[in-house]
Amino acid sequence: MAEQEITLMKGNEAIAHAAIRCGCDGYFGYPITPQSEVLETLAEQKPWETTGMVVVQAESELAAINMVYGGAASGKRVFTSSSSPGVSLMQEGISYIAACELPALIVNVMRGGPGLGTIQPSQADYFQATKGGGHGDYHLIVLAPASVQEMADFVDLAYTLAFKYRNPAMIMADGAIGQMMEKVVLPPFKPRRTDEEVEAECPWATTGRRNKRKPNFISSLELQSEEMEIINLRLQAKYAEIEKNEVRYEKYMCEDADYLIVAFGSAARIAKKVIEIAREQGIKVGLLRPITLWPFPTAIVKELSKQVKGILSLEINAGQMIEDIRLAVEGCVPVEHFGRLGGIIPDPDEVLDALKEKLIK
Amino acid sequence: MKKEILISGFGGQGVLSMGKILAYAALMEGKEVSWMPAYGPEQRGGTANVTVIVSDTPISSPILSTYDSAIILNQPSLEKFESKIKPGGTLIYDGYGINTPPTRTDINIYRIDAMDAAAEMNLIKTFNMIVLGGLLKVHPIVSIESVLTALRKTLPKRHHKLIPQNEEAIKMGMGIIKEAK
Repeated sequence: MAEQEITLMKGNEAIAHAAIRCGCDGYFGYPITPQSEVLETLAEQKPWETTGMVVVQAESELAAINMVYGGAASGKRVFTSSSSPGVSLMQEGISYIAACELPALIVNVMRGGPGLGTIQPSQADYFQATKGGGHGDYHLIVLAPASVQEMADFVDLAYTLAFKYRNPAMIMADGAIGQMMEKVVLPPFKPRRTDEEVEAECPWATTGRRNKRKPNFISSLELQSEEMEIINLRLQAKYAEIEKNEVRYEKYMCEDADYLIVAFGSAARIAKKVIEIAREQGIKVGLLRPITLWPFPTAIVKELSKQVKGILSLEINAGQMIEDIRLAVEGCVPVEHFGRLGGIIPDPDEVLDALKEKLIK
Repeated sequence: MKKEILISGFGGQGVLSMGKILAYAALMEGKEVSWMPAYGPEQRGGTANVTVIVSDTPISSPILSTYDSAIILNQPSLEKFESKIKPGGTLIYDGYGINTPPTRTDINIYRIDAMDAAAEMNLIKTFNMIVLGGLLKVHPIVSIESVLTALRKTLPKRHHKLIPQNEEAIKMGMGIIKEAK
């Protein structure tokens, strides 16, 4: 079957192809390196001529996220993609979407910051993605792909989770995963939902008042504090449910590990190379790769901490996820950080040197 | 089998597309592949480079500290990467871009005068395929047939008429590469 064909493409291209194939209704975005191939690929593929999916190059990131807000409010499968500075611009809209409990997908192909920064890969938006980013007590479901295949696979997964919990989901990649080419099997084609299917799946959505049903009203404004607290408690209960059900991670060579690297996305790929080299030298290192950054795999980190002599948080940032690791292990084992900043990708040798210096001594 | 290859030169020399065609050809042969470009502003005039990994087993890091083989097409690339070739590894360089030749004695060094050959043949655009031919002579990572299939799959249809010229270029590269000194 043609759609099962193995092909070679960039992570960004895989996102676009996967979106078309998983029945996405609309994309709204604004170009920025290193994620512009998402919009470029969609424009090349012209899905509006085949599946009817809408593709709009908005006038700005603010416009794009608010188009996503509107599309999501009508129960559609919509998404946007950007890179770090662009995602910062979107934070107000993301908070509104979370407050209104709307399913939507935001893709962040991170680059070096802060500010306009560089165009090279970075993972420095971990705090922004997992701890809020916008204002108020909310969470995104955050998925961190570590391969081009996962870029393709996580689009449908993100939509499934977003609609299951009526919550925005983020695919948090970085410039390396977005720009590299690997082999990928694209998901099979799934048709876009019909209007009737959207109404059945999303009875809360503003889909028009067929049969004179009670109007649906979507807003994040509630001037009565008592009411707003009830809304917040409902959100918190939902987040607790997500934390209970949706933690995802990969364990790699942990069985006999004396030391553990915790890393996500492209850093996890580098970590696997570090483990190859370390084991050749007789140092037993394992990897825990969080696939969901929120909810964070706290329980498994805690469990592994009882087995190992030390944990290295390998991040392409100045040390953000390390806070979640330290909370998980509650001081029972040393947790150190290694990372490079501003768009530099750490190479496997320097990571192993850091692991030896910081943990083995 | 696992080959970790770096290709580095000036932006516009076809460094990234050479890597892409190599990766695609390996994919055709059922290998695991990764193609990791330095996609920075250096593409616009400075040095461009790409790391291609071809392997029988799943690939861990697409980003590497050292390489089995390096194809070096200008002086800045030589200065940056000569020290990053594994002992016993391979360095292939184009004489046209190199003023100060490589000096290491623990690696196998080959020279390919691909730029001169491309100019002589009046086929400047096949420069990168001449170099690729040289690599495939030294390390037959993929067959010429797979490279031609990759070209058919990756080139837009309107450029398919150029495939025979590319084949000629690959064969020429295989002929003119020689051990340095």
